[in-house]
Amino acid sequence: MSSTLHEPVSGKKADGVFRGVAYACGILILVVLAAVAVFLLVQAWPLIGGNQADVSETIASFTGGRSTNFWSYVGPLFFGTVLVAALALVIAFFVSIGIALFISHYAPKKLATVLSGVVDLLAAIPSVIYGLWGGLVLVPSIYPFWNWVAETLGWIPLFSGPAANPPRTVATVALVLAIMILPIITSMARDIFQQTPKLLEEAALGLGATKWEMIKLAVLPFGRSGVISASMLGLGRALGETMAVLMILAPGMRYSIHLLQASQNQTIAANIAAQYPEANALGVSVLIGTGLVLFVITFLVNLAARRITSKASVKK
Amino acid sequence: MNSPSQQNTGTPVGRGSAAPARAADEAPVIDFDKFKPTRSHVAARKRKDLFMRVLIVLAFAIACIPLVSVLWTTLARGFRRLNWDFLSHNMTNVIGGNPTPSGGYGGILHAVIGTLEITLGAMVISIPVGVLCAVYLIEYAGKSRLADAIHLLVDVMSGIPSIVAGLFAFSMFALLAGPGTLNGFEGSVALSLLMLPTVVKTTEEMLKIVPNDLREASLALGVTKQRTITKVVLRTALPGIVSGAILAIARVIGETAPLLMTAGYIVSTNANLFSGQMTTLPVYVYQEYSKYRANCPADASDGCVTSIPMERAWSAALVLIIIVLILNVIGRVVARVLAPKKK
Repeated sequence: MSSTLHEPVSGKKADGVFRGVAYACGILILVVLAAVAVFLLVQAWPLIGGNQADVSETIASFTGGRSTNFWSYVGPLFFGTVLVAALALVIAFFVSIGIALFISHYAPKKLATVLSGVVDLLAAIPSVIYGLWGGLVLVPSIYPFWNWVAETLGWIPLFSGPAANPPRTVATVALVLAIMILPIITSMARDIFQQTPKLLEEAALGLGATKWEMIKLAVLPFGRSGVISASMLGLGRALGETMAVLMILAPGMRYSIHLLQASQNQTIAANIAAQYPEANALGVSVLIGTGLVLFVITFLVNLAARRITSKASVKK
Repeated sequence: MNSPSQQNTGTPVGRGSAAPARAADEAPVIDFDKFKPTRSHVAARKRKDLFMRVLIVLAFAIACIPLVSVLWTTLARGFRRLNWDFLSHNMTNVIGGNPTPSGGYGGILHAVIGTLEITLGAMVISIPVGVLCAVYLIEYAGKSRLADAIHLLVDVMSGIPSIVAGLFAFSMFALLAGPGTLNGFEGSVALSLLMLPTVVKTTEEMLKIVPNDLREASLALGVTKQRTITKVVLRTALPGIVSGAILAIARVIGETAPLLMTAGYIVSTNANLFSGQMTTLPVYVYQEYSKYRANCPADASDGCVTSIPMERAWSAALVLIIIVLILNVIGRVVARVLAPKKK
């Protein structure tokens, strides 16, 4: 009786339990990521440790006999993935910086708030809808444009014609991916631009700079690292995008940069989704192997983005 | 930095004013007109300013075209087949382009149920883990090396392509539950992997902005750390955490690729998350898209529509967009309503 009076409920036990649970959840993140790597490696192991003759037979059945070796299989896929994502980033980068500047510095305040909301909403639209739109609306209507590009710029190998009709080509896919990552880059760039210290902006304007000069002097240098990491995130998204590519692109397995011709390239992610339903156990192993390659690419891109941002934040 | 003072005294001298007795006479004579921008230079700067302004507005206008087009076509084509029959039936008894006995052309009931259950499963897994992980990082870990490692891995995780998450869930279940396992929960696992980093990051941001005074006040009153965190810190950060979680859900609810390989695809309704294949809305959209055209035999009735798969795809896409939109709005409203009152 007296002991309960003198020793109030300490809650030490609950404290310890809570701490333990939180700690476990932190550790769980490490475990999960390790599990991702381990499970994928275990499933992909037959590629290395299994019967090599079977492996090459499986790969030959995927490619119609064109390649029998894993690396010669994943090579064109890797090339296609990087090509499509890089093109998408190039298209989206300047446009999204333009939009971000428009929202943060040019648009009237009320319009800017509305636009910010719309951009955030667009960033959440599922990729399958972009794929649907690309396949059913963009592909039928964009052929005249690509045809014009092929005729006028055909002397550049990139645009050498004849333009495929229907244009289920890398160019169209890159355009759709650019539209998809546009809101993502825009919303991050806008957040950074809006944080530019007012003092810097006013100092530039006070020295007689025009609005564009002010942006060039104050806003862009301030937002540079943020914009770079935003575009890296966009690149990561484009690298891993499956559905839009799967629904639009006519796949091929070449190292080709003829953007306007069909059946030239394929991306890793879309290839997995396309081959997966008909793959046998070993086929799934091969596809998981390509998935690991994709994982490594996106990992490196994200790591680079993180390096850039952390370097910039140290400097401040 | 003495040039401004020189300018001040120099200007009248430079202009040859009559003040011979001043010591400033010896100051160098500066021709300030030299520094005046020429008219063409000013004009060029103005032109450039205008040019960039036009370019920026143009970038905005050009970007609007496809984005508006996406929303508009989904709305316009989606409403054509969106009715109660479409929402309340699944795809059983749908033969080619023929109407079903109920007068519709099949529907998305099974897909809506699948989407909700699988997403709910992902929520149940990832929200508690994510929030507690953020609590650990902010409240307990401080600046330890483990915290750094977790930060790094959360960043890495947020970059995992969705299809790799699908492959992971598939391999995990293949190893633990036997090869070829497909069920809704497998999809939940894949989605939770995609949700987790978002939840951790947003919660972390929210916990960071909880004022330290609150923690110190609570601890000084003798409240234990666990109670301080659950009753004070998490309560203060609640609106941000909830809206972050809702936005994370809106992100994963539209995922297609991981569900294609984990949850499978069926035409009938399956309400059991833990066994049997399940269809979700995005997968439904994709499957209808890949059907391209429905079969209408020569002796079919007038009601037979060959383009029905595409119309179903658009309607399902519209429902999906509406769900995402509602979730976004709820997220924002929750953030506003639950926000701690400011003085």
